[in-house]
Amino acid sequence: MSILVVAEHDNAVLQPATLAAVAAAKEIAAKGGGDIHLLVAGAGCGAVGEAAAKVDGVVKVIVVDDAGLAHNLAEALAPAVVDLAGDYDYLLAPATTAGKNLMPRVAALLDVQQISDIMAVEAGDTFVRPIYAGNALATVKSTDAKKVITVRTTAFDAVAADGGSAEVETRSGSYGQELSSFVGQELSKSERPELTSARVVISGGRGIGSAENFAILNGIADKLGAAIGASRAAVDAGYMPNDYQVGQTGKVVAPELYIAVGISGAIQHLAGMKDSKVIVAINKDEEAPIFQIADYGLVADLFKAIPALEEELNKVL
Amino acid sequence: MKILVPVKRVIDYNVKARVKADGSGVDLTNVKMSMNPFDEIAVEEAIRLKEAGTAEEIVAVSIGVAQAQETIRTALAMGADRGILVQTDVAVEPLGVAKLLKAIVEEEGADLVILGKQAIDDDSNQTGQMLAALLGWAQGTFASKVELGDGKVQVTREVDGGLETLTLKLPAVITTDLRLNEPRYASLPNIMKAKKKPIDTKAPEDYGVDVAPRLETVSVAEPPKRAGGVKVEDVAQLVDKLKNEARVI
Repeated sequence: MSILVVAEHDNAVLQPATLAAVAAAKEIAAKGGGDIHLLVAGAGCGAVGEAAAKVDGVVKVIVVDDAGLAHNLAEALAPAVVDLAGDYDYLLAPATTAGKNLMPRVAALLDVQQISDIMAVEAGDTFVRPIYAGNALATVKSTDAKKVITVRTTAFDAVAADGGSAEVETRSGSYGQELSSFVGQELSKSERPELTSARVVISGGRGIGSAENFAILNGIADKLGAAIGASRAAVDAGYMPNDYQVGQTGKVVAPELYIAVGISGAIQHLAGMKDSKVIVAINKDEEAPIFQIADYGLVADLFKAIPALEEELNKVL
Repeated sequence: MKILVPVKRVIDYNVKARVKADGSGVDLTNVKMSMNPFDEIAVEEAIRLKEAGTAEEIVAVSIGVAQAQETIRTALAMGADRGILVQTDVAVEPLGVAKLLKAIVEEEGADLVILGKQAIDDDSNQTGQMLAALLGWAQGTFASKVELGDGKVQVTREVDGGLETLTLKLPAVITTDLRLNEPRYASLPNIMKAKKKPIDTKAPEDYGVDVAPRLETVSVAEPPKRAGGVKVEDVAQLVDKLKNEARVI
């Protein structure tokens, strides 16, 4: 009995989402799941393998290094995972866009019904997952012999990135394939913390009014060390890029403090942030649904309230 | 080129799901049902490819209860050519759906499958990837831009860090993200015309697919409720509460 966690990385750095997936694996291990192994599949990813070996709770790291695995393409990566799957009862990955892209392909190749986005481990075969935009939590029991699982990273406290000393095994393989090829990427560059792991998130909605106006949030974000997010309405309107979207189909965040600015609070937005510890809503419409879940609501014109808030924070912090 | 567009009948986007008192599931009696919003985007994309002269025929497929026929009619009213309903009262899981779709793709000889990245009821986000795996095809998930070329398709994908562009060999499976397009509303004449478009009704057994669920739902519960908050008078009071009451700044 053992557990394989697929590490998320860019061939240079191990992504923190992996640490939350390992945390879920530890809970499964505590319920009889066995040893935790971490798979680092990539090209020239040796440094990631070394970092992975230090992750708390990991017994073994398997590095599969092949040019065909350079760009995280599901068509190449899925067979690499399947080749190892025979030795494992559980295959886990974080429910990031990479994990969501990969794992169902793995599951189908193994004839397994995947369990997506687990939030809790009830037993070795029983898990809690959100359905209907998080308006219901389903407890599901898998009857498949092998479990393929993606993990909601905000629902598990990340394990420590160091302290462990796993053995590293390097395996060869040839995963070049004809089906897909990488053309390019446009990644958002930001000095701010990553949205899904930030301690504070300040998000803007349609009420912000334009892409230029989003700069109004910068001062508070700087002051609080916050990540900036956006509602679907703001992303659809072109104010912010897609990777800023918080919601049912965007990113799920659960920071210590979430500040919603000019966001009405559509069901699908709430699905992405309602597990935040403290929620602040600033909106000029006092009927906005966001106020129903906010710990602190301020009914005000954001263009007056935000500069005033920034000034007040400067005074007290 | 023939395009297959799977469409799912789900709770309407604007309706808040309510958990049944006995914890057996979500109460869908007398709840407004609609086409999964991501599937509308898939239908729209297929229609645009047809309007551009790249696709000849669009087949809308739904797997579910008899009323899923209405969802297919919606796709036909938007511009799909014909429909296939695989009728069953079983809540078919993504793996079962992917197996049925594989059989239909092979029977129809479809070259491209476009479907929503996830359904807003079970939020699984699996079917497209599973279908691509079973067919041995390439997958372009979370697409925000699709450009068909000769024997290949270039797909721009919405990923955690921003955007990523891939070239996929055809045939392929594409799953739609929100920014791919804005679906059209069906016009009244097209709604009338759609009533005459053919829909074949089949059963899972016709395709030799076992759709028995692999996941047993033990219970369905409401998430913990957030305690009602307070309204603050001004930013000074807000900052005071955050600092001294919530202690988060």
